[in-house]
Amino acid sequence: MPEQPTNGASLQVQDLVTSYGAVTALDGVSIDVPAGSITAVLGANGAGKSSLLRTLSGLVKPKAGRILVDGKDVAGLRPEDVVQHGMSQVPEGRGVIAELTVDENLRLGGLWRKDKDDRSKAVEEAYALFPPLDQRRKRLAMTLSGGERQMLALGRALVARPRILLLDEPSLGLAPRITSQIMGLVRRLCDETGLTVLLVEQNARSALSVADHGVVLNLGRVVASDDPAKLAADDNLRHAYLGF
Amino acid sequence: MSALPVPLTRRGPLRYTLVRHLMYALLAAVLLLVLTSSVSAYRDFQIANVGYYVVAVAGLTVLTGLNGQISLGHGALMMVGAYTAALLLERDNPLPTTVVMVLCVVVTAVVGALVGAAAARLRGPYLAGATLAFAVGLPGLTSHYAGTLGGDNGLTVLTGPPPASLGVDFAPERWQAWITLSGALITLVLLANLASSRVGRSFRAVRDDEVSAELAGIHVARTQVLAFVVSAACAGLAGGLLALVSGQATPGAFTVALSLALLAGAVLGGLGSLAGAVYGAIALVALPALSSNASDRFDFGTDVKSNLPLLVYGALLVIVMLAAPQGLQGGVRRLLGLVRGGPSAPVRNDPVTDAVPEVSVTTPER
Amino acid sequence: MARFLSVTISGLSGGMIYAAVALSLVLIWRATRVVNFAQGAMAMFTTYLAYTVFEHGGSYWLGFVVALLSGLLLGAFVERVLVRPVETGPPLNAVVVTLGVFIFLQALAGLLFGGRFRSFPTPFSNKNYNFGNVSTLSPFEIFVIVAVAVVAVLLYVLFQYTDVGLRMRAAAFQGEVARMLGVRVGQMLTLGWALAAVAGSLAGVLVAPSVFLHPNNMDGVFVFGFTAAVIGGLDSPVGAIVGGLGLGVLLSYVASYFGGDLQTMSALVVLVLVLMVRPNGLFSTTATRRV
Repeated sequence: MPEQPTNGASLQVQDLVTSYGAVTALDGVSIDVPAGSITAVLGANGAGKSSLLRTLSGLVKPKAGRILVDGKDVAGLRPEDVVQHGMSQVPEGRGVIAELTVDENLRLGGLWRKDKDDRSKAVEEAYALFPPLDQRRKRLAMTLSGGERQMLALGRALVARPRILLLDEPSLGLAPRITSQIMGLVRRLCDETGLTVLLVEQNARSALSVADHGVVLNLGRVVASDDPAKLAADDNLRHAYLGF
Repeated sequence: MSALPVPLTRRGPLRYTLVRHLMYALLAAVLLLVLTSSVSAYRDFQIANVGYYVVAVAGLTVLTGLNGQISLGHGALMMVGAYTAALLLERDNPLPTTVVMVLCVVVTAVVGALVGAAAARLRGPYLAGATLAFAVGLPGLTSHYAGTLGGDNGLTVLTGPPPASLGVDFAPERWQAWITLSGALITLVLLANLASSRVGRSFRAVRDDEVSAELAGIHVARTQVLAFVVSAACAGLAGGLLALVSGQATPGAFTVALSLALLAGAVLGGLGSLAGAVYGAIALVALPALSSNASDRFDFGTDVKSNLPLLVYGALLVIVMLAAPQGLQGGVRRLLGLVRGGPSAPVRNDPVTDAVPEVSVTTPER
Repeated sequence: MARFLSVTISGLSGGMIYAAVALSLVLIWRATRVVNFAQGAMAMFTTYLAYTVFEHGGSYWLGFVVALLSGLLLGAFVERVLVRPVETGPPLNAVVVTLGVFIFLQALAGLLFGGRFRSFPTPFSNKNYNFGNVSTLSPFEIFVIVAVAVVAVLLYVLFQYTDVGLRMRAAAFQGEVARMLGVRVGQMLTLGWALAAVAGSLAGVLVAPSVFLHPNNMDGVFVFGFTAAVIGGLDSPVGAIVGGLGLGVLLSYVASYFGGDLQTMSALVVLVLVLMVRPNGLFSTTATRRV
């Protein structure tokens, strides 16, 4: 398990509004993620999940609202600066840089940090966490399988020693067995190191199985925010927004 | 692309595009007749130059604006036309000028077909680079075949005097202006008709989305080549006219700078716009003239005088691209749109002026 | 046979110069997906700056360094100020901007320095070493080959083995992802252009003795460099070097057996032939988009 120097940070999204031209993607979204817990964000395609992540990571500037990392507002900061506040994202489609090697991808994750020794240490910890990556250090990322790429993306995000981890549909395109492995790993990370996780998923079932709290988005608004078991038990909600 | 409803005000023969274009051309011809008759011989000479630039820039703007193919080699195509004219007129019993001009068009169109066929698979910067190579390399042929082509000194072109029917004192510059302006008007009418025809639509369809065009039954490669041939034909005619007006065909007149200036004229006037081509052509003659005057007035010296126009083109190209990518014509259109009260107002009767439909994705600033 | 060998060898130093230009084009293409049509003119202009140093009594090496440094600054300026706004739009816009810079710099050089041909000094002798009947390279040509090789190796080491290089590659391959990893992508792209322009300026200084210094002297060299880059594949730095050398040798044959005026047209023929068979260049790794 990687060692975290501090526990995870708390994340509070307050009345976030994001629009692309005339289209409002997020219409006043508020989510509270306590430090050291996993919150799942669910909803159908187009519900606003990816807009939420793009706004949180700084790729898109919100029209209104606040994003508080341990009380500090990072809304509107550029991605390069957001990551320095301890918020790391694992993008959709893995976001692994195919033309670089496994080792280079991992190193890249920690480059912005000042402590060079700790950087190498963090990379070695990632290899310890993901043995398949250790066996493929010098291989180009484009030669990895889907599951291996997911590991690489996750490992790379962890190399930054984040205090908040944003996961964008980690199960996409992966076999169920690997998905549950990844989810299990995320749960362990949270439990053992206190990492805060915001898990955006379309696969509601697997997300709810590891989350401490669940939020459902629809058309840019939060339509439900509750205990995962209660969300899963609510048939109407499940059919309407979660697809099962 | 732009499905313009036919305005209800058009009745009778004016419904037909060709008739409309011919009427505009006739009107323009009358105005130009008056213009050329009332200005000095030197101005007529300048107007004559504008005439062939209109032909060249119009052809290029159709290729790059309507069909999306960037050519940096149209100066070289003009050279083909000019040398064809020069060689044909060198003979003892030269053919009539009109026939010579038609042959310039044909020969250059053939060259354009070859270039276009070779370039059909090239896109964007690759095409630009290949045509640039053509522009840089073609003048070298005149040195290599110096025997027939006259080397650096080029060939002289003997143009006959104005026809006797116009009177003994008829200024030759005005006659030349009439010749090139006729060429320009004919070219503009033909291109305008082409642009609004099915062929024109296929040009634009290929520019916008090759895959969709192919699926819609348009043969992409053939369309690309055709666009090249059309624009090359224009360049050939322009080159032939240039040879007539300047009385010579030399490699020095067809440097890379010419190809780039033509593109500059097309871009600044607004790519795809025939009216813009006219503005661009005027700029191509006016700028050197203005800089020459300024240099004389302020005693700048030859280095400044000869380089100032290009300095301005270069700067303008960058500034226009950064500030107003649609060029001047686009800017004018937007202004007119504002004046007429918004997007519901009908666009002016110029079927060629389609906006280049690039959707700009909002990207965060770095 | 002796002639064949001589002609082949003499194509190598020209080839290295084309390789340097090709390398600069490839670096810029990889970083920003733009073909820098102004690269030749930029190199020409920085060579004039070197010449100005000589005119004021500076040594060759001082002028050499000035050319490379000014190339660095010019490349950074052009990217940050002029090309950045059009990097993400339609490719035509970037082409037009770089062409605008090309036209502007050539005119500016003509305006400031005049159009006449000037001779450019060489730090080493221009006499070929001869082995029997075979004329090989001159000391200067050896210097050219070594200089380009050294710069190419330095750039390779920089990109492959340093943190900055890793950042630059990440920024070039996947800018958005790199941003999320804390890479200042904008700065990396500017740096990429700056380094590429150094390679271009190197070519400009090295070729000036043979083509003389005048505002249009890099036109042909740019075309050859572009051809070499395209042949080798615009994403491939190795392809740029191989393409440059190959083209240099080929053009040497053309010049020797057919005539120097035909070199550019031959380059065009080669360019078209290669692109017809492999539209993405010989060494490119990107998949061909079949239309």
